[in-house]
This record gives sequence, structure tokens and C-alpha cells, in this order.
Amino acid sequence: MKPSASQTWPLKAPDWILNGPEWLSDLGYDFYKSFVFDNRYQMYIKGLGNTLLLTLLALLIGVALGVVISLIRVSWDKNHTEMQGPGRFFLGFFNALAKIYLTVIRGTPAVVQLMIMYFVIFASSRNKVMVAALSFGINSGAYVAEIIRGGIMSIDEGQMEAGRSLGFGYVATMRYIILPQAFKAVLPTLANEFIVLLKETAVAGYVGLTDVTYAGNIIGGNCYDYLFPLLMSALIYLILVMFFTFLVGKLERRLRSSER
Amino acid sequence: MSADIIQAINLEKHFNGGDIKALNGVNASVKKGEVVVVIGPSGSGKSTFLRCLNLLEVPTGGQVLFEGVDITDKRADINLHRQKMGMVFQHFNLFPHMTILKNMTLAPVKLLGKSQAEAEAKAKALLERVGLSDRANAYPSQLSGGQKQRIAIVRALCMDPEVMLFDEPTSALDPEMVGEVLEVMKELAKEGMTMVVVTHEMGFAREMADRVIFMAEGKIVEEGAPEKIFSAPEQARTREFLAKVL
Ligand SMILES: Nc1ncnc2c1ncn2[C@@H]1O[C@H](COP(=O)(O)OP(=O)(O)O)[C@@H](O)[C@H]1O
Ligand SMILES: [Mg+2]
Repeated sequence: MKPSASQTWPLKAPDWILNGPEWLSDLGYDFYKSFVFDNRYQMYIKGLGNTLLLTLLALLIGVALGVVISLIRVSWDKNHTEMQGPGRFFLGFFNALAKIYLTVIRGTPAVVQLMIMYFVIFASSRNKVMVAALSFGINSGAYVAEIIRGGIMSIDEGQMEAGRSLGFGYVATMRYIILPQAFKAVLPTLANEFIVLLKETAVAGYVGLTDVTYAGNIIGGNCYDYLFPLLMSALIYLILVMFFTFLVGKLERRLRSSER
Repeated sequence: MSADIIQAINLEKHFNGGDIKALNGVNASVKKGEVVVVIGPSGSGKSTFLRCLNLLEVPTGGQVLFEGVDITDKRADINLHRQKMGMVFQHFNLFPHMTILKNMTLAPVKLLGKSQAEAEAKAKALLERVGLSDRANAYPSQLSGGQKQRIAIVRALCMDPEVMLFDEPTSALDPEMVGEVLEVMKELAKEGMTMVVVTHEMGFAREMADRVIFMAEGKIVEEGAPEKIFSAPEQARTREFLAKVL
């Protein structure tokens, strides 16, 4: 099944690996070429760094975008019946834009958005991480917007009324009173979005970005053997997801115990 | 009349495109320093009337003059006028993510341009007066209903309002906590605060009101001094209501 290691391949494993029983030396050799030879382990580390950076940047962009989009949607829904003049026109215009954005982004695959972004819109850019972060951020923003909108709508109407009755405008009441509470309410859900995003960035290899998946893919190709490289990619994701899930659980418990 | 701090002229509020007529031509005025208590059966439009006074509900017809200015006019800066009209809600509506002190200082700092220290000094003085100094750094969830409502009152007072509007401030409270809130309101009235109070506390109305307004079906049926309303009401509708609640 496995080619006899020492002859078939140009790379040479150390003797202590080749001298054991056959199955062990085969396995050892696979391991060796998947991780050690040519310092290949560094590629997984690079992939890990890129995956984390990409996910983090995308989430930041997604949250910023999500806040703006959700605010447009909520203010339109709450206020448009009582508005008039240019204010109503602009808010209506942005609300329509927001709806188109939500429809398009949620109606098309993230990987297609990524490829359009990299090969068409930013065809001249070499910065794969930034372009991918932007693309995933724009994608995530659509989902974050709906999460935050849900959070805002979960806040009792009396909070807005109390803010307005003190003399705060709509925007100031949102900023000081509604949004902080809405954020707290959806923090665990947002943290889960980070975990979802972490796995969704696995298609970054489509534009040649060396993330965890693409690192496994490249090394597998170089080794003519995908077993260990892809298992390693999977393992890295699993550990990350388990770790972040653990953190989210802690966060939820913390929030619940401070619940008022 | 210049002595009127609030004047409602022919106020009308319809909901759902006219299906629900919550207010049907309400005319009322409040003089400076006056305590006006609004009573009436549930659904008669008391809350709607009160909330129209600071435009939390935008009336579908009529005008509200505050200090002589028509605040229903589109050009009026309602946020500025609201700073001078404190409001207390049935369900307190304290900000749960802020300490009591922050609840009280947020608006004065952000809207009146006070320094944090200045705003805190005033807040602490007010807390002292309602006997809640020790709760300054607590969160609303750590307070009882009566304490929350007292905080809600002093939070509004931190803005130095000209008028205080109360919408059933004791209706959500356990009976044993009603007294402590009414006590604060009485003190406020004695100090000369202009107050419009929607309440079912007839004792408070009798004792503190300069004028009682009885509403039914979106209209003012009868108004007058508490002695007159409670002892010799003119309208059958008023007598019927009072017979039920007294
Ligand atoms: N936001 C609203 N939408 C529709 N109907 C409302 C709304 N607010 C109040 N109403 C209706 O208006 C009428 C007067 O209500 P309200 O002013 O709350 O009465 P009260 O405070 O005297 O109990 C009621 O029939 C109520 O159902
Ligand atoms: Mg009411």
C-alpha cells in the first residue's frame, strides 16, 4: 500500500525511523514527511496564525457593519411612520440598501463572495488576508446584523421611553442605553458567531491564502499523502473550537450570575 | 395665560388609523406649582394624555404648549423641552446596566454639560433626601420596587425639571412599598414642584391635589378641587367611578 519509503521518495527519513517494524516505520515516515521534513510544521503554524487573524478581523468588520445595518433597520421600523421630509427619504434609502445587502449576502455562498472579492474587485491587491477578512467580514455582518437587531428588540420599550423622557435624542438613547444592554444580551451569540466564522474561513484557500485548511492541503500535495496533513488541520480546528466553546460557556455563566 | 406652564388644546390621539380613539379633544392646563391628579377608569386615556404632554405619544390632533411654546410644532426641539419635564413610569424603567449613581448622572452630564463631580454631588444630595445614600453604587436589580421608584423620581429630579409627570407610579408596587413612594411625592409637592399625576391612590389625590381631573373614554368628564370631585361630583359618570374605587 505505502511505497517503500527510502527508495521511492527523494526525501530521506532518518535511519531510526526506517529501522523499526514495517508498519511503525511507515507510520513514522508519514509523520516525518508531514510535519518534520523541510520544517513543514511551520506551515501549520502560519496557517493557524492566518486563520485566527482572518477570523478576528472578519468578526470586527462584521460587528461594525452589523451594528450599522441593524441600527438602520431598527430605526426605520420604529420611526418611519412618524417621519417625513429628507430624513425619512435618507433613512428609507439606507434601509432599502440594508435589505438588499442582507438578501444578497445571505443568498450567496461565502466562497463565491470571497472569489469575487479577490479576483474581481480587488484583483490588483496582493494582501490576501486583508481582502479575505473584508470579504468574510461583509459576509458575517449580515448575520451579526440580525443577531444585534434581535438584541435591540429584546430590550424593554420602557428603556427607550425613559431615555427620551430625560431629553436624550433617539441616537443618544440607542448609544448610551439600548445598545449596551443589547450587546450584553447577545454577547454569547456573538461569541458563537466567532466560532462559526472560524470554520467558515476554511475556504480561504480558494484565493491561495495559507490558512489551516490550505496548509494541510498543500503539504498533503507535497507528500502525495493527505492522511496526516488533513488530520492535523482538522485537529487544529477541533482544538480551537473546543477552546472557544469553553470560553463562551464561561462567559455565559459569568453573564448569568451578574444578571439583573 | 402666562401662568400656565402646560396647556393642552383640543388634544386628540387616535391609534391604528382612527380605530382606537384614545383621546378625543382634551383641553387642560397646568399652572406653575400646581399639583394636578388625573383619575379615571382603565383605558380612559390617562396615560395617553400624560404621554402626549411630553410627546412620548405624538398627538394626532391639537397642540401642547409648554411654557408658552407649541412643542407639537415640527420645528420645536422636543429633546430640549423634555429636559424640563421629568417623567416617572409605572415600571420604573431604571437603566439596569448602570449603577444608581450612573442612572442619575448620565443625563445631567451628557445633556446639561455638568461635570461628573457636579452631577454626583447633586445626585448624592437627592439620594440623601430619599434615604437611599447607601445604594449609590448598587445596581437597580439589587433594589426593592419602592426603592427603584424613589430612584426613578430622583433621577428625573437630577435634571432640575420644571414639571414632573407621574404615570401610576405606585401601581406596580407591593402594597407595603406604596407609602414610601407617595411620601417622596408629597414632599416634592410641598416644595412647590409642578406635578401631573395619574394615579389610583385616591388618598393622595384628596390630600395633595390642587385639582383633580376625571377622564373617561378619551375625554375630561369633570375637573375641580378634590373636595368638590370627591364629595360633590356633578357628573353621573364621575359618581359611578368613585363609587367603585372609594
Ligand atoms: N400604543 C397603542 N396602540 C394602540 N392602542 C393604544 C396604544 N396605547 C394606548 N392605546 C389604547 O388607547 C386607550 C387609552 O389607553 P391609556 O391611555 O393607556 O389608558 P389608561 O392609562 O387610562 O388606562 C386604550 O383603549 C388603549 O388600548
Ligand atoms: Mg395607564
